[in-house]
Amino acid sequence: MSTIASISTAPGIGGIGIIRMSGRDTFKILNKIFVMKNSKDIKEISGYTMKYGHIVENNRTIDEVLVSYFKSPKSYTTEDMCEINSHGGTVVMRKILELCLKNGANLAEPGEFTKRAFLNGRIDLSQAESVIDIINAKSEREAKEGIKQLNGFLSKEIFEIKQILLEIMTNIEVSIDYPEYDTPNVTNVEILEKIDISRKKLEDLKDSFDNGKYIKQGIKTVIIGKPNAGKSSLLNAILNEDRAIVTEVEGTTRDTIEEFVNIKGIPLNLVDTAGIRESHDIVEKIGIEKSKKLAEEADLIIAIFDSSQNFTNEDLEILKIAKNKKSIIVLNKIDLKQKITSDNPELKDLNKNLINLSAKNKNGLNLLFEKINDMFNLNEINLDNDVVITNERHKNLISTAIKNLNEAERSLNIGMPVDIIAINLKDVLHNLGEITGEEASEEIINEIFSRFCLGK
Amino acid sequence: MSYFAGEYDVAVIGAGHAGCEAGLAAARLGMKTLIFSISLEAVANMPCNPHIGGSSKGHLVREIDCLGGEMGKNIDKTMIQIKMLNTSKGPAVHSLRAQADRKRYQMEMKHTLERQENLELKQAEITKINVKDGKVESIETAVGAIYKVKAVIVSTGTYLKGKIFIGEFSQESGPDGVFPANKLSECLKELGVKIVRFKTGTPARINRKSIDFSKMEVQKGDENIVPFSLDDKVKKFEQQDCYLTYTNEETHKIIRENLQRSPLYAGKIEGTGPRYCPSIEDKVVRFADKPRHQIFIEPIGLDTDEMYAQGMSSSLPEDVQIAMYRTIPGLENCEFTRPAYAIEYDCIDPSQLKLSLEYKNIRGLFFAGQTNGSSGYEEAACQGLMAGINASQEIKGEEPLILDRTQGYIGVLIDDLVTKGTNEPYRMMTSRAEYRLLLRQDNADLRLTEIGHEIGLITDERYNRFLTKKSNIEKEIERLKNTVVKPTEDVNKFLRLHGTTEITNGYKMSELLKRTEIKYSDLAEIDKNRPELDEAEKEEVEIQLKYEGYIKMEEEQVEKFKKLEKKRLPDNIDYFSIKGLCLEARQKLNKIKPNSIGQASRISGVSPADINVLLIYLQMNR
Repeated sequence: MSTIASISTAPGIGGIGIIRMSGRDTFKILNKIFVMKNSKDIKEISGYTMKYGHIVENNRTIDEVLVSYFKSPKSYTTEDMCEINSHGGTVVMRKILELCLKNGANLAEPGEFTKRAFLNGRIDLSQAESVIDIINAKSEREAKEGIKQLNGFLSKEIFEIKQILLEIMTNIEVSIDYPEYDTPNVTNVEILEKIDISRKKLEDLKDSFDNGKYIKQGIKTVIIGKPNAGKSSLLNAILNEDRAIVTEVEGTTRDTIEEFVNIKGIPLNLVDTAGIRESHDIVEKIGIEKSKKLAEEADLIIAIFDSSQNFTNEDLEILKIAKNKKSIIVLNKIDLKQKITSDNPELKDLNKNLINLSAKNKNGLNLLFEKINDMFNLNEINLDNDVVITNERHKNLISTAIKNLNEAERSLNIGMPVDIIAINLKDVLHNLGEITGEEASEEIINEIFSRFCLGK
Repeated sequence: MSYFAGEYDVAVIGAGHAGCEAGLAAARLGMKTLIFSISLEAVANMPCNPHIGGSSKGHLVREIDCLGGEMGKNIDKTMIQIKMLNTSKGPAVHSLRAQADRKRYQMEMKHTLERQENLELKQAEITKINVKDGKVESIETAVGAIYKVKAVIVSTGTYLKGKIFIGEFSQESGPDGVFPANKLSECLKELGVKIVRFKTGTPARINRKSIDFSKMEVQKGDENIVPFSLDDKVKKFEQQDCYLTYTNEETHKIIRENLQRSPLYAGKIEGTGPRYCPSIEDKVVRFADKPRHQIFIEPIGLDTDEMYAQGMSSSLPEDVQIAMYRTIPGLENCEFTRPAYAIEYDCIDPSQLKLSLEYKNIRGLFFAGQTNGSSGYEEAACQGLMAGINASQEIKGEEPLILDRTQGYIGVLIDDLVTKGTNEPYRMMTSRAEYRLLLRQDNADLRLTEIGHEIGLITDERYNRFLTKKSNIEKEIERLKNTVVKPTEDVNKFLRLHGTTEITNGYKMSELLKRTEIKYSDLAEIDKNRPELDEAEKEEVEIQLKYEGYIKMEEEQVEKFKKLEKKRLPDNIDYFSIKGLCLEARQKLNKIKPNSIGQASRISGVSPADINVLLIYLQMNR
């Protein structure tokens, strides 16, 4: 297998970063870019040791680093591996990674180290899935969640939903496979009732995915507003908040920077912070277009307005963007005389999530955090009891299951025969079975024989 | 002393439902075929229930018919009552069930075998299969005849080391008092075949004149007779009635008081019984809170007054049986003609077979029917047919015919047996089929006639008839999709009358048909230009249009399914060398040697994680 490399430290934590390589050519590539102090041949270096030196390109030192050596098979992937501990922040880390790639490594796909560990027999898939989640976790809360899913909290929840559906399915199936026997007749009302209960449960699980995603990736937040409305003051106020942990990371689009902030347990992923800081120079027209684009991908929009001045056309454009998304309207500069208040007719539909603050004086900032907390139900995620889905595959399967439940309901309502309903319901069981790894039809058959008395 | 008795292509051991189909298929495909039965009085016998079909089993019979098998035709000639089951439960689960005149069914089948070209039916016990260089060479009868053969199909049903139990009494015996086959099991074991022991049972037979039917519920056949075989037109005949009655507390009390005399509870029976065919004592023990169990009284023929008591299978002593039967309303004075008994028999672990039903380690050795751990006449027959076809294909040097789970219940059944094995007698059920909306009994011909014709068991004449039918259906569907109904007063009056909403714009005829309130036949009123179609064609048009959306959904699933089926796993993979697999998966995969990733995913003990490993393994070794 090829040699792979990637930045292994998750964005959002700590000052040092690790670039990791795994594969047959690891040490060959390392040798080309790493100048070790008291240079030694690789044969003389034993596994689990660390060497000090510099990453060098064309005789120019890029960074001062420590490199950990892992020799096959005693490594995470069971291949030759190294970890370059760098101190230089995002840009330097990227540079080091580029050097690795330039010298023959391939960029690792997400989770590829774990995939190799799994392929080489170091760990099994369920471990692998969880490890990937844990690696991706940026906070303790999320790490905890990863471990809990592994322990089967999710399976238990899914199991309960499956039991509800299995019961109706079994009744339908037994009446089909043993028509001559008197088995209970399933009424449409009963089926609809069970569909309702299980759909409610599944929807809760699905919602928890969004929460789970917020925990994992932060609430993707965009601050929009015309120049001088107070975007950068608000940004600075948030970032300078007492317990804010701030990490600068590469944004999803090339030209934006995202900053991951965790304030009092609220994980915010602030998008285009650089853009905000530079926005003084930006032509207004471009500002609006960009805001629209950023808003499209955001989980939360903070639309900020200078309340000491009347709405301009640009403000109205920004209100329009905010109306279509989950957003908070911030009326800034309450330290000045207010010309706009929450009674303003333009704000009629937006009153619910409106707050007044002064970014300059940090007055009212708590209101903002409370609002976010409320809007994202962050308090409702009780990590020790509730199941939070953080795995995209699980979420998709649950969404499909809900879709199939709706389909079953529709079929019932238009008067389709039970066999058709059974087909829809079996799909649901199949979707859920893919999460827990069980086969639907076998379960139904076992259920039939444990509950009904049939035969010659 | 042994003697050389001749040279043949295929020898079938056992002439039950599997053996008859196997022998006929091989002979019809041009193989010089032998078929042996320990007693020629037992050919195509129904030692248990006297009916063919039932939920999902009716599907099997239709499929057998469309591939050119005999069961459907044989029951059409000899049925004494017929019913379409599940008519209110949806198109996919309609299923035919017929009461057979058991003796006539046997005679008819035996006669068909006798008349078949290339086929010789013989009474003999086969005691030995000789194998040379991993290939079948010859078989030997108990009296010493040696037949040189290229392929052998073992379809011995419950005869291998058969042993019956009636209370404390037990006896080595096949079903219905026929000799058991005691030697062949040993020979199979020596060949390395893994043998398991299963049990089943049958209720008593009762003389009609001793039954008071006035205390029972009459169950009549259908007015409208739909034959099993699409080749047949069955005339109206006088149908025999069946009857329903119930056990009661008194019955259960007698059973409970005598449980210690049951060989099953005394531990004398070692075989595993099926969950879906429990004896009455099993039911009373396992479902102790159920106050009554249904008992169906069914005639077993026109020339006999023996009646079958479905639901009362038992291995209790004869005196206890009589006492408990006599507690049942209508059976107070019943006279037994034959007591109920349990039967234990040797069969094989079917996971030793390929999907073609050939034994993995010996070329030319095929197994079919109850010997493979299945239960039921229809399950047996379809395996016989497939084994007969595949033995012929092998001799001809052609690829085996393997139906997958999307093509028919036959595919589901064989895949289940071979891939998962079975630890109890296996019964077909509609819930085992993943794509049952596509595997309907009404479209068995659309699914399989082409295949049957290509193999050579469906005549050109029937094939051409099929093509006409197919094209009639397609044309009519096309026409309905292109016919626009205008919102005239007449049309809306028609819609109101059928309890459905009126239309304001033009509406396609096919869309109107999708409404659950409207049947194809109803639409004739507002569809003046429709062509003349026969009943089967009309039914097909109706189902295909009415359930179009659902059918499409299943078809999409089939596409996904097929992707995994198409990912072939070579025979020579050493699963023990693939590191990411868990140990159980390595063992199972090495044993089953699945054809494809799809088949591998159905092996119990092979987890989705293991499948991912296999997928990655395949990719890396491409």
